[in-house]
Amino acid sequence: MADRGLAVSLFLALRLKRPLFLEGEAGVGKTSLAAAAAAALGADLIRLQCYEGLDVGHALYEWDYPRQLLELRILDATEAIDRASVHRELYSDRFLIKRPLLQAIDPERTRSAVLLIDEIDRADAEFEGFLLELLSEFQVTIPELGTVKAAEPPLVILTSNRTREVHDALKRRCLYQWIEYPTFETELDIVRARAPEASARLAEQVTAMVQELRRADLYKVPGVSETIDWVTALAALERTTLDAEAVDETLGVVLKAKEDVAAIRGRRSTEILDRALVRTASRE
Amino acid sequence: MIEPDPPPIISNLLGFGRCLRRAGIDVHPGRLLDVIDALGHVNLGARAEVYHTCRALLVHRHEQLDTFDQVFASFWGGRDASGGAPSWSADSREEIEIAQLIGSPDLENSATNADADDGTPVAERAVPTWSELGVLADKDFSAFTPAEIAEGAKALAGLVWSPGERRTRRWVAGHGPRIDLRRAISDSLRTEGDVVALRRRTRRIRPRPLILLCDVSRSMERYSRMLLHFARAVTDRHRRVEVFVFSTRLTRITRQLRSGRADAALVAVSRAVPDWSGGTRIGAAIREFHQQWGRRVTGGGPVVLLISDGWDCGDPIELSTQIARLQRSCHRLVWLSPMIGTADYAPLTRGLQAALPFVDDFLAARTLNNLVDLAVHLNALG
Repeated sequence: MADRGLAVSLFLALRLKRPLFLEGEAGVGKTSLAAAAAAALGADLIRLQCYEGLDVGHALYEWDYPRQLLELRILDATEAIDRASVHRELYSDRFLIKRPLLQAIDPERTRSAVLLIDEIDRADAEFEGFLLELLSEFQVTIPELGTVKAAEPPLVILTSNRTREVHDALKRRCLYQWIEYPTFETELDIVRARAPEASARLAEQVTAMVQELRRADLYKVPGVSETIDWVTALAALERTTLDAEAVDETLGVVLKAKEDVAAIRGRRSTEILDRALVRTASRE
Repeated sequence: MIEPDPPPIISNLLGFGRCLRRAGIDVHPGRLLDVIDALGHVNLGARAEVYHTCRALLVHRHEQLDTFDQVFASFWGGRDASGGAPSWSADSREEIEIAQLIGSPDLENSATNADADDGTPVAERAVPTWSELGVLADKDFSAFTPAEIAEGAKALAGLVWSPGERRTRRWVAGHGPRIDLRRAISDSLRTEGDVVALRRRTRRIRPRPLILLCDVSRSMERYSRMLLHFARAVTDRHRRVEVFVFSTRLTRITRQLRSGRADAALVAVSRAVPDWSGGTRIGAAIREFHQQWGRRVTGGGPVVLLISDGWDCGDPIELSTQIARLQRSCHRLVWLSPMIGTADYAPLTRGLQAALPFVDDFLAARTLNNLVDLAVHLNALG
């Protein structure tokens, strides 16, 4: 259900073996795109969620320290200590914990991979610097083991919610794609696919309502995931149509800021609902 | 798939790259090679595919998309060609007025003052420059002549701004609470497997970001030019600064202030601000800040400097709501007013009354000495 620009970018990412950088407001479906791409390609999805302070130990690899310590004790007890061989033993594959980035470029992979580096804007500048090297060569050097290079470069998808500006040096190595909120028709298709249990009428009305809400002056604009949640919630309450009472009961599913709920609840929500209902009625 | 016909398309692409650069998009020659490579994979007969290929490779910021679209349309021709590179919104007459307002002080020599980040406390650094300023240091900005503005701007360039530090969540080697197992084990191999010394890790400390929100409405007119020089001085000396100006609308001017030479920067700012010296609606401007920029620039526990006299034509309830939210989203909220220190001044405007309960510091910004006090105050923040 992607638009032309996104389709071209994704195609080029595969052909040119370049990472795809997706930027857009929260909840426009950046993460879902990676999952969909992995499913379509028949590849494994490897996901790395970024956060401030994310380091090599959590993103790339780590040695299994407790087991290394135990091994040292065992070797000590059996008096088999010979420096060179201990070193080889301790820093072998057996004690290596492969984190997402290493999994993605592991030359022993049997299936191709889609690597999702999610919310890169949450990571700090140090981590971005580290990624630069990895994403341009698809290889990494582990001091104790040597260089690991991907046999088949994975499709890399980076997402950002723009909570801060990601460094240009990283973006330059990627194909850049800005993702907008979907149009009514596209969003309705997504909602119908993701919440099939809801009635067609309800899906249409909720989608129209969310589209209207996005135009209201809000702090936290609802994303596609909120639309899906809302439809699912209303379906769970066995509603088949949207009315003022239903909106009032479940507004918290779609509006996530106290100020927004306060501003919309009551008369304004009725107005917005009326506009949405007119819009869906005119479709019939 | 059509094979590209090398000579014409390459010269066309180079020309396209030059147009993009003129419009302000930084296009490296290497990127154009990438585009040529990529165009070999798509259908050159389909305009949309060529367009999306160029866009994905040459644009890497959301705000460049519109500029790119305009340049693409005018260069490659098409239905929606609007002709020429995108123009700035301000008309030239207004530009000239604003250039006069700011004055065009010669700031070329300011580099001699701005020598180093050597950690010397601001008071010590400031003294030599400041003693030469003499009476100027206590003179109200509104009475500055253009020559005095130039001198004041030079003096400001020498100040150090460090609004405190924050413990980040990144662990680095140091004397912290966490044990560095990796180094402990690799060290132990040298001592026959016994752990002799435990290495430790600590949290990295980073300077806090700084956000300036500067009121440029009519009532602030006499102070605006000096305060903009102040904003520029801060932007020069501190890496993580965001600067916004507002009257009825909010405009981000960080990029303009960073765009190299001082004079050019201030003129660029005046171009980019659509409503210079109109009335003020502080609440609405801060609301716009929250909605457009809040999530993008308030990370990392920033210190916010709000520079305004507090004359507000908006709704006081809106103002207090927005100020309260602003305070919750930053580490410290400092309100700077050029009115403090003038005779008979009391913060009695309705807007200020509504906002003050949510302000951490309410300080003067009327003279150069006030700004030194501010620097000392910020440097002392934990």
